[in-house]
Formats: sequence, structure tokens, C-alpha cells
Amino acid sequence: MLTKRIIPCLDCDLALPEGRVVKGIEFQRITYAGIPWELAREYDKQGADELVFLDITASHERRETMAHVIAKTASNVFIPLTVGGGIRSVEDARRMFNAGADKVSINTAALLRHELVNDVARIFGSQACVVAIDAKRRYLQNAAEVKAATEAGRALIETPEGACWFECSYYGGRKFTGVDAVQWSKEVEERGAGEILLTSMDRDGTKDGFDLALTQAVCDRVNIPVIASGGCGLPVHMKAVFERTDASAALAASIFHYKEYTIQEVKRYLRENEVHVRV
Amino acid sequence: MIAIIDYGIGNLFSIYNGLKRVYDQPLLVTLDGVASLKDAAGIIVPGVGAFDDCARSFRPFAAIVIECIESGVPVLGICVGMQLLFEGSEEGSETGLGLIPGSVVRLPKTVRVPHMGWNNLAIQRPTQLLDGITERDYFYFVHSYHCVPRDAARVIASVDYGGALAAAVQRDNLFGVQFHPEKSSKKGLHILRNFAAIAQGT
Repeated sequence: MLTKRIIPCLDCDLALPEGRVVKGIEFQRITYAGIPWELAREYDKQGADELVFLDITASHERRETMAHVIAKTASNVFIPLTVGGGIRSVEDARRMFNAGADKVSINTAALLRHELVNDVARIFGSQACVVAIDAKRRYLQNAAEVKAATEAGRALIETPEGACWFECSYYGGRKFTGVDAVQWSKEVEERGAGEILLTSMDRDGTKDGFDLALTQAVCDRVNIPVIASGGCGLPVHMKAVFERTDASAALAASIFHYKEYTIQEVKRYLRENEVHVRV
Repeated sequence: MIAIIDYGIGNLFSIYNGLKRVYDQPLLVTLDGVASLKDAAGIIVPGVGAFDDCARSFRPFAAIVIECIESGVPVLGICVGMQLLFEGSEEGSETGLGLIPGSVVRLPKTVRVPHMGWNNLAIQRPTQLLDGITERDYFYFVHSYHCVPRDAARVIASVDYGGALAAAVQRDNLFGVQFHPEKSSKKGLHILRNFAAIAQGT
């Protein structure tokens, strides 16, 4: 039986040689969890099913550092590796595959030029093409707003907090596109994406749990695997996302980086609660 | 020496590094070095992406690899490399090597495609390639098409995804695995070690 995947996310600051995995912000100072390839090896030992490396600096001169991080990781760690952050072209993608990445995750560049999804999927295969979608709730306050959203072709989603649609953001959450995230997920599937990495901007960093309404809205409309992301603070959040949505995988960062729970602990908890995981 | 055929599709970094962990003489063989396949104790045929791209790129190696197989050299096809051993695929129009009668078809509509993630095997018969592997071990799969051998006895392990699918096949010294041993952590490397042992005749 196919297991649900638990994926630690390594947000990489590549300004330092070898890079550093960002843990969080404490007293207005960035804190680090460690060197990416060392942490990757630790998470592999703990039973991570895959690893996602995100270049949070995403500037061109840092590309070589990321390639180095991946090459170093891939020679020690034999699980799938995904690289995201600043993949703008087929050439950027190729560099990461040549370094040893199995998948690239594209976000901003795909929204700017939709054909990039087709290109990456055609050249490297759908299995290597992940589209990351950062979505934010836009609540509909009254009948007029509902009518306008319907006319604009938005997917209206009922949530416990009220009806909303989901807007895609890009440039690392700094800008909004006006694009409906649920519709966009269908489009990237048609264009050949093999997986969607779906992050709730409302929940990201809150530790309040995944946005189940968003996750299920996308799972309902696509037939490719969906990775739920944003908001995981406790093992029970993973349990909820797997029990109440069709997500294939859950991604989390700080819960693991702060050593609040090891991946083993999370997986043991999930197994006790009858979520099928690899232990 | 175990040769990994580098026919220009995808990076072979992980297969090379994975094999290197369990065996000290892996060699990437490109078209320039194709003659060295004659000295190979074992051959690995990787494969990612589209069936047709792989089939076309592999063609220059086909004759010599088939010669090796017929002379008894163990060969392991991985993922699309396994699919190439069959006659053809619904995914494209190119012909496969036809070394195992049967075809490659799309995964059922009832499941999410690609089949992506860790799944366990149902061992169909004991064989050295899967020595030490149990149904509690998980392997990393990522594929949208699956192999259907005409003779079901070719399947040495199946995987449950919308039905029982061929996860590993064998015809004498010819093996194929749909999952990625090089991405399946310790148990995957264990399978590469088993293949190396088969190649060395131990």
C-alpha cells in the first residue's frame, strides 16, 4: 500500500559557504538549524521520505552554492531530492538535475510564463516537474462579492471561517497575481506537472495546522499527488491532513528543525492513529 | 565491472553513487565506450522520462546489450529501463527491446497518477535479487505506466496500486524493477548489493 509521505523542508540561506538551513527568527535574528547536507543526512536517518531544498535567497550568484549543496547531499542520501526557489528556466532546472536533484519545484517563473511547466515536464519528465502554489484566502463578505467572484470564474470554497477563493502569490509571497490557485492547479496538471506543492499563506508560520479546506479543494480537482504545506506545528496536524484530505504528503520545517519532534516520533504517532506511513 | 549505461537521459548521479556504496567498480558507459560492455560482469539500464525518448536514445546500445544478455551477463533495468525490456508502451510509438513478451500500459484511472512515493512489495517468488527483502520493506516508485508481461510468472514481486502491478520481473539473467533502488534508502541499496552479487556470481 502506498504510504503517506513526510517531507522535511530545508529553507536554505546560501549567502554562507555550504549554505545554512534557516530555523526561524528569534529576537529579530535569523537562527540556523545547520548545514544543509548534514541536516539532510540526519533526516534521512530519521526516516524522511523525501527532502525539499528551497533557496530562500534565490539570487543568481547563489546557484552554484545550491548545486554544491545538492551534489554533496546526493552522494550521501539515497532518497528523492527536490529543489525549489529561483528556478526560472529549463537551464536552471538542468543545472539542478545535473547536480543530483530528482525534481525541481517551480513557482514564480511558472506564473510568469506558463509554458515553462510544459517545457520542464517534456524535457525532464512529469515526475521531475513539481509546481509550487502559494495560496491565500480571499473571503467573500457578501452576495455581491460572491457574484463577482463567480463571474470571474473563481473556485468558491466553503471553509469553517466562511466562503472564500484562493489567490496565488509569487515572488516568495511578496506579490499577488489575481490568479485563482485552485484553477491554476488544474492548469498545471494539464500542462504536465507531476505533483503540486501547495502552501497555505494564511497558515504558514502559524503552527495552527494545515489549511484543510484549501488542501481538499485542490485534491478534489486534480489527479496528480498534492503535498500539503504551511502551518504544521504538531503531529496531530499531520494526522488531520491525512485523515480529512486526500493529500499524498505533508511538508514541514520548524517542527523538525527545532527538534520538537523527530520524524520517527511523528511517524510512530501517525501509525498508532492508523495513517499508513513508512517506519 | 558493472556498467551503468549512460545513454543521455537524466542524471545517473544517484545510481552511480548508490552502486558505489555497495560495489567498488561501477562504470558509466557512454556510446564512446560501448565496446567495454563486452567485459561487463553486469549491466544496469536506467531510464527516466518518456518511453519514446528512452527507446530512441537506447537504440545504439541495443544490439550489444542483447548480445551480453544472451551470453549470460546479468542485466537490471530500472524504471523506464525496465519498461524498455518489453515490446512497446501505450505512452509512445517506439518499439521496446521485446526481451520480455508483453506491453507497458497506463495506470488505472481509479488512482492518482503518477504513482509517486513509497510502497511495499508482495514477493511472488524467491530470487536472489530480492534476497533479504520482505513485505515490510518500502521502495520509492514514480511512474505513470506499468509493465504487463504476457507470462505472469515473469513477475517476481508485485505492488498494490489500483490493483496488483508488476514491481519486479525476471527472465533468467534479465531483471527489471519499476521502483528506484537508488532512491529507496537502505533497502534500495540492499537490492543493488544483491545485483552486484549476482553479477559477481557470488
